[in-house]
Amino acid sequence: MIHFVVHDENDSVGVVVVEGVKAGQALTGWIMDQDKDIQVKAMSDIPIGHKLAIRPLGKDATVIKYGVDIGRVVAPIQVGEHAHVHNIKTKRW
Amino acid sequence: MDLAKATFSGYKRENGRVGVRNHVIILPVDDLSNAAAEAVAHNIKGAMAIPHPYGRLQFGADLELHFSTLIGTGANPNVAAVVVIGIEEGWTKRVVDGIAATGKPVIGFGIEGHGDHATIQRASKAAREYLQWASEIKREERPLRDLWVSTKCGESDTTSGCGANPTVGNAFDKLYPHGVTMVFGETTELTGGEHLVAARCRDEEVRKKFQFVFDRYQEIINRHKTSDLSDSQPTKGNIAGGLTTIEEKALGNIQKIGRKCLVDGVLDKGEMPTGPGLWFMDSSSAAAEMVTLCAAAGYVVHFFPTGQGNVIGNPILPVIKLCANPRTVKLMSEHIDVDVSGLLRREMSPDDAGDKLLECMFRTANGRLTAAEALGHREFVLTRLYESA
Repeated sequence: MIHFVVHDENDSVGVVVVEGVKAGQALTGWIMDQDKDIQVKAMSDIPIGHKLAIRPLGKDATVIKYGVDIGRVVAPIQVGEHAHVHNIKTKRW
Repeated sequence: MDLAKATFSGYKRENGRVGVRNHVIILPVDDLSNAAAEAVAHNIKGAMAIPHPYGRLQFGADLELHFSTLIGTGANPNVAAVVVIGIEEGWTKRVVDGIAATGKPVIGFGIEGHGDHATIQRASKAAREYLQWASEIKREERPLRDLWVSTKCGESDTTSGCGANPTVGNAFDKLYPHGVTMVFGETTELTGGEHLVAARCRDEEVRKKFQFVFDRYQEIINRHKTSDLSDSQPTKGNIAGGLTTIEEKALGNIQKIGRKCLVDGVLDKGEMPTGPGLWFMDSSSAAAEMVTLCAAAGYVVHFFPTGQGNVIGNPILPVIKLCANPRTVKLMSEHIDVDVSGLLRREMSPDDAGDKLLECMFRTANGRLTAAEALGHREFVLTRLYESA
């Protein structure tokens, strides 16, 4: 069963695609472009459609999704932690 | 799916374009004429009024866009005939003349000097004649290349970028070699991925034009913004759905143009393309504004991927909604034409999803009503460039 998907193996985040992911849960991800599996332990409750970090991200790090820059980290994010507007901001506007 | 010999059953219009709907519309030139237009549509069952809030004291480029959008809507091949109603005859005639260039039946009425009652009576008589005439036009078998297909996504979430939008991209990649005329737009919603679109432009001339309209829209944002737009673009709905930044939203958005199509040209708002291929239209990313501009440019079928469940439709352009978010598909099923949530369970390949969308496209073109049509969604929203005089 797939709990989250990752577009590209170089991405720093994945997208949860099932409802009810809880902190502590063992999750299986599918890296779509390379068709590989990845295992991550959830560190937060994460709603469907929201992201989790699949590599540790320090403050001011660049977040990569689709293999491209999608913004900067404003508070450190651990692997398996919820990654969203509270810890990532746009570099534009 | 073999598209080489694919056909659909459409209405061939006087100018050679082919529609998939056969509407008789009552088109107000301005806000003041909505009441009369709606009364005519009430009298004549099957005629459709398209009310809107603008058309007075506009000037310059904003007025030109108003006229071109109304004329383009009337000229769209999904429309068989048009009754135009305006407060006075001058601007009414301008809209009538613009639509008449297609050769389709169109007539205009000015309210001043007559009042609503006499105008409604005269316009109802014309609408009845048009409707009965249109009811005898038959669909005929047409090649796929006669179909013009537009796309724009809305209330996107992260499932749009990994499911519904790549499904449109897969379908566009399959349609492109067959000479179909296609369009995407949403200028600000490319922010963070504009380099990817620029790289797909056919040649340097197209790339320059694309960069020009992209930069022009960025200047508007920078001139008027009071924040980083993090409540507007991405929208509250996008953020609730897990999208975090405009860059992330843009990269998901760009999945709609597939991996093979080139960007063959750039259109201004509501501008009609001059040949087949994939066009980029400079446009707002607000769903109804963009879809209204696609209809005005002459597109006859629309692909609308959604994540959180945008419910938009258009009066004359059938809007096919597709969704990969299993929660939205479950909770808002009456709005979704194509369920591609199997993509995120690894039960469906992008190729299967693209074929499923194309199958729905053919059924819609052949006359099957979309969810938005059945539900009566007729959002017609005119883009404004600046204040009225």
